[in-house]
Amino acid sequence: MMSTLKMVRPAVTLFALLTLVTGVVYPLVVAGVAQAVMPGKANGSVLQHNGQIVGSSLIGQHFEGPGYFWSRPSATGPMPNNGLASSGSNLGPLNPALQDAVKGRIAALKTIQPGQYGAVPADLVTASASGLDPHISPAAALYQVHRVAQARGLPEEEVIARVRRHTDTPLLFGEPVVNVLELNLDLAAS
Amino acid sequence: MNSSIVFQTGLYLLILAALAWPLSRYLASLLDGSLAARHGWIGQVDRAVCRLLGTDAEEDMSWWRYAMALLLFHVAGTVFVYALQRLQGVLPLNPQQLGAISPDSSFNTAISFLTNTNWQGYAGESTMSNLTQMLALAVQNFVSAATGIAVVCALIRGFVRRKASGVGNAWLDLHRATTWLLLPLSIVLALALVSQGVIQNFKPNQTAQLTEAVVYQQPKTGADGQPLKDAKGNPVLETVKASTQTLPMGPVASQEAIKMLGTNGGGFFNANSAHPYENPTPLANFLQMLAIFLIPAALVFMFGRWVGDWRQGATIIAAMTLLFVAMVGVEYWAESHANPLLVQLGMDGHAGNLEGKETRFGLAASALFTVITTAASCGAVNTMHDSLMPLGGLVPMWLMKLGEVVFGGVGAGLYGMLIYAILAVFLSGLMIGRTPEYLGKKIDAFEMKMVAFAILATPMLVLGGTALSVMLDVGKAGMANPGAHGFSEVLYAFTSAANNNGSAFAGLSANTPYYNLMLAIAMWVGRFTVIVPVLAIAGRLASKPRLAVTAGTLPTHGPLFTALLIGTVVIVGALTYIPALALGPIVEHLQLFGEVAR
Repeated sequence: MMSTLKMVRPAVTLFALLTLVTGVVYPLVVAGVAQAVMPGKANGSVLQHNGQIVGSSLIGQHFEGPGYFWSRPSATGPMPNNGLASSGSNLGPLNPALQDAVKGRIAALKTIQPGQYGAVPADLVTASASGLDPHISPAAALYQVHRVAQARGLPEEEVIARVRRHTDTPLLFGEPVVNVLELNLDLAAS
Repeated sequence: MNSSIVFQTGLYLLILAALAWPLSRYLASLLDGSLAARHGWIGQVDRAVCRLLGTDAEEDMSWWRYAMALLLFHVAGTVFVYALQRLQGVLPLNPQQLGAISPDSSFNTAISFLTNTNWQGYAGESTMSNLTQMLALAVQNFVSAATGIAVVCALIRGFVRRKASGVGNAWLDLHRATTWLLLPLSIVLALALVSQGVIQNFKPNQTAQLTEAVVYQQPKTGADGQPLKDAKGNPVLETVKASTQTLPMGPVASQEAIKMLGTNGGGFFNANSAHPYENPTPLANFLQMLAIFLIPAALVFMFGRWVGDWRQGATIIAAMTLLFVAMVGVEYWAESHANPLLVQLGMDGHAGNLEGKETRFGLAASALFTVITTAASCGAVNTMHDSLMPLGGLVPMWLMKLGEVVFGGVGAGLYGMLIYAILAVFLSGLMIGRTPEYLGKKIDAFEMKMVAFAILATPMLVLGGTALSVMLDVGKAGMANPGAHGFSEVLYAFTSAANNNGSAFAGLSANTPYYNLMLAIAMWVGRFTVIVPVLAIAGRLASKPRLAVTAGTLPTHGPLFTALLIGTVVIVGALTYIPALALGPIVEHLQLFGEVAR
């Protein structure tokens, strides 16, 4: 018993020491280097327009007008793409709520772009994991080109060219993706 | 081609081996003390730390003393992490002015981070101040991983030493693993992640003007703050317009690096490694996956070096790799089939199941991450496991149920697998009628009792906890999904807690006093009913002589033993859990595809 009591001091001291090193020094060192070398990335890859923050190239926003490309559906509450409440839907594959949600999203797309046939790209009707996914697949972007071009009075080739400009094809891993916010900001600026 | 699962898995394993092999050399010299002997300044720091602690750097602890040291160290951590959460409202580095966390949630989180589980009942961005994240949670990410390394070192010393009374010095092992291994690796990884877009700052949250305002409905609250109800008792909804978006800020990269390297898995944000500020690019995702398996794989190679026969380590790595590749195959196959009910509604099924997945990772990197994080005791997620297809959800659940021995947690994976190896040696010894021995140490009744204890304790917690919860109203209240999937949510929660994983079928509302308490018990008991028997085995083995290899010795390297080891793991895991799994994911799979066929 006595020998165990004698271990209290080393246990507490070691804990305090490691707390200081890994809980204070370590994050400060990483923040110091990151802020000095890569401030843009370390501060959230923020996009600015006329000196005002209009979003982050990494955080998706919600769009529902015909003249904008739509993002992945977001399950965050109370509003979609809430930066303070990242979350997926957590709906299981058999949950009727999942089928209702997808049914509603398909109906909304068919209403806003009438006369469009064919199956709807899956990423346009299923909620992302974070609720903040900034990307859609090239197929999901092309699915919306006709509608956006009509709403904006632009030729479709022009809109497709913009989609291409904001398509990112990774070198090794992952899928080609279209950054929705950057694409829409580009469209809004013209 | 680039996104193909075969290419990604193959490249992943190649790079992992190329990094883990040299790291194992470093680990071996660091933890047997030869590094400190070779580089004087490292030895000086080590001795200075021991002086500060008031202990003797040369002390060799008995297994019991070693266990008590770890226990006291954990008690100090529990008190500190609990207190910091309760007091964060009046402490600095709290730009969002978040208040104190409830007692039951604070207790759950303290146990969760101490036991390397990192189960999260709370949502980080709206709960934890920067101070709590750094000083309480990130610190535990380091020291809980160091604990795993310390325990496996003690066990390996048990095999290596002859007629020895001690298994090492717990203080020195904890300090060396943290300061000379986890810390430098974390700094490098954190900066690499920042270069991909992971944030690292101490700013308050930023406000962005939206390009298109968001109109949404939310329940209206009355003057008393209670939600208003209409005559039928339904909540009254009001329409609200939001023209701004809040961008969360904080020291994320430093947390993220150790979260992966220490197989902890506790995210800064609620969405964990699916959040673009935690895991912004496919390359960042690849680095995170590498970081999860890096130290567990290096420790297995280190084991081979320490026992003086690299083939012993290679045999265990081979068993782990085979199980891993098989599980990746099943996971990818399950997820590449879209939900047939949604295809019926008019969704394109070619892309597979994308509910709860991020576009930038795609199917392959999502499936790979899911298997890696549950094979190890990491529990970080880049995919919402609750929305996986039924069999896609069975794979991570089963990997955890095996005890996370497929690479496994830092340290915990290897000592878990060595427990199975001792069992395999014992079983084959019975079959061929020889006294079981492993690495020259005779396996006696005492060791086998401890092995049985370590293997049986976790299933008791998982199955007992699940059974109790589905019988109680407080347990059933947490389920978010109806039917078999709701049962899976509870089963997953206890599996994850008792095996110290930390991932979740996150629909389960687990931040209630009932689940906070039950899961905290499962995490604590699940961690220490393995650690204490492992240390006891270590102490007993260390005191024995090492027998010479004879013609009658069953070799514990090579394909035969790899097959025996896999067989032992799979049979124990299958026999224990198939009945429970049949009630959850298996019946759900049959329902889902049966409904479509009808």
